[in-house]
Amino acid sequence: MNALLSQFVNLLASALLMLSFAMISQRRILSLIHLFTLQGATLVAATILVGYATNQPHLYFSAGLTFLLKVVAIPLLLHRAIDRLNVRWDIETLINIPTMMIVGIGLVIFAFNLALPIAKLSATVARGTLGIALACVLLSFMMMITRAKAIPQVIGFLSMENALFFAATAATYGMPMVVELGIALDVLVGILILGVFMFQIREQFDSLDIRHLERLKEE
Amino acid sequence: MNALAFASQALEILVALLLGPLLTGWVNQWRARLQNRTAPSLFLPFRTLHKLFIKEAVVAEHASPLFRAAPYIVFGCMVLACGIVPTLSTDLPLAPAADAIALVGLFALARVFISLAAMDIGTSFGTLGARREMLIGFLAEPALLMVLFSASLISKSTSLTTIVETLAHRELAIYPSLAFASVAFTMVSLAENARVPVDNPTTHLELTMIHEAMILEYSGRHLALIEWAASLKLFAYSCIGLALFFPWGVAEAQAPLALILALPVLVLKLAIGGIALAVFETVSAKMRIFRVPEFLAAAFLLAVIGMLVHILLGT
Repeated sequence: MNALLSQFVNLLASALLMLSFAMISQRRILSLIHLFTLQGATLVAATILVGYATNQPHLYFSAGLTFLLKVVAIPLLLHRAIDRLNVRWDIETLINIPTMMIVGIGLVIFAFNLALPIAKLSATVARGTLGIALACVLLSFMMMITRAKAIPQVIGFLSMENALFFAATAATYGMPMVVELGIALDVLVGILILGVFMFQIREQFDSLDIRHLERLKEE
Repeated sequence: MNALAFASQALEILVALLLGPLLTGWVNQWRARLQNRTAPSLFLPFRTLHKLFIKEAVVAEHASPLFRAAPYIVFGCMVLACGIVPTLSTDLPLAPAADAIALVGLFALARVFISLAAMDIGTSFGTLGARREMLIGFLAEPALLMVLFSASLISKSTSLTTIVETLAHRELAIYPSLAFASVAFTMVSLAENARVPVDNPTTHLELTMIHEAMILEYSGRHLALIEWAASLKLFAYSCIGLALFFPWGVAEAQAPLALILALPVLVLKLAIGGIALAVFETVSAKMRIFRVPEFLAAAFLLAVIGMLVHILLGT
């Protein structure tokens, strides 16, 4: 029974990785938000499963917190933002996606190799998934670097936070509750500030392309 | 090697020949229903085949013998492929002849001949179709191989029958690598069978067709064989998918009772798969031809990640 649960956690971890790749290959902003919501939901399921498998009730609380924040609140905020900015169907013209995916594979191999010795030290039920969590962090990081528009960058940031949360759950059965609450609040505030920023960028340049920011010099 | 093994092999090929067109008819029927059209008969593919077989075959004036031979070669390849894939039983005398890699080669052989035949006549449509087919083929093949390798990594063998035996008859376990492989396999089989996001099997619009462009010059019994081979290809791909990801219900060696039970299970699985395919084809739009390499690159990468995940988790 426990073996099956652990395999199920592995499956959910793989789903997270798959969603990270789907986010990298996604061009439309609306679909990106849907994928992010799905990633949050997968994270919630994984957290609840780890909590159940290891009998750690505090993981249920953090799962509930994640659900409220990342499946309900933040996607709602993002939907409102893209509605008001009128970028619902925006298609990003960006770097060749197949190239990015090949770079992504390299990152996955790197992360897996990095995590292998660490995972051997750990004795948790989901220790094998640490490599996957690390790969998700790196992939979201790459998404933040390579995207040109503001909203996909914000989503990249959020999905990186998701991956970090999963890494914490997998490696040490979650962070202390105080830390978790703090991070949750930070992310929420971060989103609000970034939302304000998006409107400011939009007002200044009539576009959400952050490359305009590079020319912000007094001449 | 005994009589039962040969019987199951013969039964399997017979079932493939009959169920292939039925599966095509089933998918078409569901597509029509989902698009609010009057559904055609389930047996329409058989009637089409019958009609084409009694019609006269018209061959272009400048056609070489290759053009005449290609339908038979393609049909033969597909029948052999259906014989290798364990659909009903894993005790198949033909199975040692070809493992998973040879199976991919068999599909490639059929593709090469149909493309050569399409270029043989020298019409622009044939050449266009052949080039597109080769573009899709060379991208889909490595992805398919990687999918089969992820399954081989679990069972430590590239023989399809061994893979199915290992997957079906060990205790229940969830393999994350197979989750990746199944997504990749779905994408590859959509591309290889000329289904909607890549090619539309019902279109005859000049600029979008791939498979139909290649067989434009065929008529009569040649066309019938190619259509039948296309149905068999869809059947073979569906059965590979079922064998890798839903292997339960396939009979083991020396079990005549299980063999009888395996047929309704297979029909049920194919029926569900056919409905899923029709739903997917209805909700998705055909993509531009230059998006196809990206689509297939994604499939390849997913399959590779599946293998990496298998190595990482090491179950």
